[in-house]
Amino acid sequence: MEQNSKNQRIPLPGANVFWLNTTVGAMSSEDGSFKLPYDKTYKKLIISYIGFRTDTLLIETPKSIFHVLRASDDLGEVTISTRKKSTATSYLSSQNISTISSGELLKAACCNLSESFETNPSIDVNFTDAISGTKQIKMLGLTSPYILITTENIPSIRGASQAYGLSFIPGTWVESIQITKGAGSVVNGFESIAGQINAELVKPTTDNRVFVNAYGSLNGRTELNTHFNKQISDKWSTGLYLHANNRSQKFDRNNDSFLDMPLTNQINILNRWQYINLQKGIISFLNVRFLKDDKQSGQLSFDPKRDWLSNTVWGSEINTRRFEASGKFGYVNPDIPYQSLGLQIAYSDHEQASYFGLNEYDIHHKSMYSNLVYNSIIGDTRHKIKTGLNVTYDQYNELVNSDIYDRNERSVGGFFEYSFDDLDALNLTAGVRVDHHNLLGTFFTPRVHARYTPWEKSALRGSFGRGIRSANIFTENQKLFATSRQINLQSSGGAIYGLDPEIAWNYGVSFLQGFNIFGRKADLTLDFYRTDFESQVVVDYENPYQINFYNLKGASYANSFQAEFSLNLMTYFNFKTAYKFYDVQTQYESGKLKKPLTSQHRYFANLSYESYSKKGDGVWKFDATFNLFGKQRFSSTEISPQSYQLPTYSPSVSTLNLQVTKVFSEAFEIYLGAENITNVTQKSPILSSENPFGSNFDTTFVYGPIFGSIYYTGLRYKLN
Amino acid sequence: MKTILLTITMLFIGTLSYGQNKNAKASIEVDGVCMMCKKRIEKASLKVKGVKSASWNVYTHELKLIFDENKTSIEQIASNVTDVGHDTKSFIASSEAYESLAPCCKYRDQRVVDDHK
Repeated sequence: MEQNSKNQRIPLPGANVFWLNTTVGAMSSEDGSFKLPYDKTYKKLIISYIGFRTDTLLIETPKSIFHVLRASDDLGEVTISTRKKSTATSYLSSQNISTISSGELLKAACCNLSESFETNPSIDVNFTDAISGTKQIKMLGLTSPYILITTENIPSIRGASQAYGLSFIPGTWVESIQITKGAGSVVNGFESIAGQINAELVKPTTDNRVFVNAYGSLNGRTELNTHFNKQISDKWSTGLYLHANNRSQKFDRNNDSFLDMPLTNQINILNRWQYINLQKGIISFLNVRFLKDDKQSGQLSFDPKRDWLSNTVWGSEINTRRFEASGKFGYVNPDIPYQSLGLQIAYSDHEQASYFGLNEYDIHHKSMYSNLVYNSIIGDTRHKIKTGLNVTYDQYNELVNSDIYDRNERSVGGFFEYSFDDLDALNLTAGVRVDHHNLLGTFFTPRVHARYTPWEKSALRGSFGRGIRSANIFTENQKLFATSRQINLQSSGGAIYGLDPEIAWNYGVSFLQGFNIFGRKADLTLDFYRTDFESQVVVDYENPYQINFYNLKGASYANSFQAEFSLNLMTYFNFKTAYKFYDVQTQYESGKLKKPLTSQHRYFANLSYESYSKKGDGVWKFDATFNLFGKQRFSSTEISPQSYQLPTYSPSVSTLNLQVTKVFSEAFEIYLGAENITNVTQKSPILSSENPFGSNFDTTFVYGPIFGSIYYTGLRYKLN
Repeated sequence: MKTILLTITMLFIGTLSYGQNKNAKASIEVDGVCMMCKKRIEKASLKVKGVKSASWNVYTHELKLIFDENKTSIEQIASNVTDVGHDTKSFIASSEAYESLAPCCKYRDQRVVDDHK
């Protein structure tokens, strides 16, 4: 019998009824009844029907029984008791993807996307420079311009937003992050070289109805995040997400007359609309976002109104406005679930007005992106295909001191990706795209990934692929403006700033092995990646009075090796550690050299512990993260006067971060933490800080924390 | 005349083959207990020529199929699934096939079933 939603009992004809481990069985008749012979050895009676949960009844004596089957839709409450790791590398995917879940994101309370990677060994978060206060990330030894960063698979941190864009995505907006090492997929474009990072944002239907996060730190930073989500009708939901942060207190702990970190003020508003119609197989998102971000840095006594472009007090302001609108439309054929069509359209208008002492830099970047993707199969679902079209348009207007650089980029491209999955030991993804770009020309971008499982709990992966991009030399290297260096653009007549596009191949292998140590889960990952530049725009700091941009002549490569080990010490007690080795070298005019400010050796460790409680309230969470940065090369200062010369290498630096979270209830928690608790600092990060208008002034030699330890606290409140 | 005849024949064959659904949907019940069973059941189904999609639900034991009726039948798919050791509603797997299953997949053993609950 079936019990329907009105609690009426409806007979189920044709249900399978049989004694366990026998062939004695019957089918229920039209009124749902059945009769079965009984024997003393028969103990368990199985009743099953498609769409219902199979039930086993223990029968002690022959009797008449009446049984109601539960519909399988009611199985929503199936709980899986193994705890999911907050960061997990897939055993099954052909790409080397690790996913950072929202749980991992809470381990570092602060505050935006760039800081979300602090507890992830695959991404290196660099120290903030003294002027912009933003953290840059690196992957496989290469800086973020070589990583394709997308939000919900729409390329978002590129062009003008490359330098500070990660700090424009508040951490609470991020639902999860997928990190793909190596070439990545062809679906999202041709630009990725070292890898891809995709941030999934919170969605109106799955986020908390109300969420509030407040944060305050002893370095004067305050943040507020509020989320409101509402279901409007059975198909429409909307969410409004507001973020504000502010730092208005001035600090100069190292007494170099410069602010240790900039004064900031950011307002960030996102409104999302989600439409779901499962009967018709339609899912759609519409997003609108507005950002206003102002930073001020420089000398303590700098007053922007009074001292703007003065040559007595050095100061800097970076003011950014950004507007974004995007839409996603997905259609899955309800009859043929493996066929789907998706369309993404995004528009952004990004405007930055800034000055650094006497250097002025403005950029206005308008961008259009569209991507149409069709998913289907060849033969059966072991052979999947993705194919589609991209159209993009970018308009750049830049002002560098008195020089104007305007550029329009247009590209049209098509892609085809085939993936094979034998549902067992092997899968393979091979993709190719052809693009026509007004400045880069017409070119092929092939990318191949494979995964093979030689034995249980292991995955051997390999990948190779090509990427191509136009380097936005000024916006990507904005720190150069906070120096007295002279900018030299060694034009070769190329299409982008007189330079050629950057082209690189990336190859990698990775091996993952899971095992048990004393009955506890552990896994070990080893990977090696190499990026080889066919052509590159070399950014040369080797002359302390100049910065030179020129096309690569010779070799440029980045080798990276990583060994990562994670171990579950006890339930809710996890340990993760990683060692990384980087060999990043480029042929400069002055010779083949290691990339400046890149550690050759890095070590990382994270311990996390959670106390256990059945209901989930009263839980304590502890997190400790240790980072060691080996020595980093300084670009040459040989020709500077003795007092402005730096050694060849920086000392090595290590930092320790701690965080404690107390969960009071499902709705409320408080956290308290310390970044860089051992108070490690770089003594004098700014060269010639006493004479900022002199020819040796340079703020770019940052290899360690400037500020020292930072204590913070915050709360999270959720209402569902 | 010949061409007309050929056209008519072609049309006839065309109608015939369209009479059979190229994306037929069907569900059968298949016994099993775990994700390894899921892999095995789906793989066995997909190996039948004409099966386009196979998805087995570990909780409901429902195997959802999409297949080309011109190339295969539900009986053919079910028999392929029983060949790898899984009972379906209409066929019982041979004991050799059942014995070849990994110990954790022995769905006829109540203890194994209980272990997966």
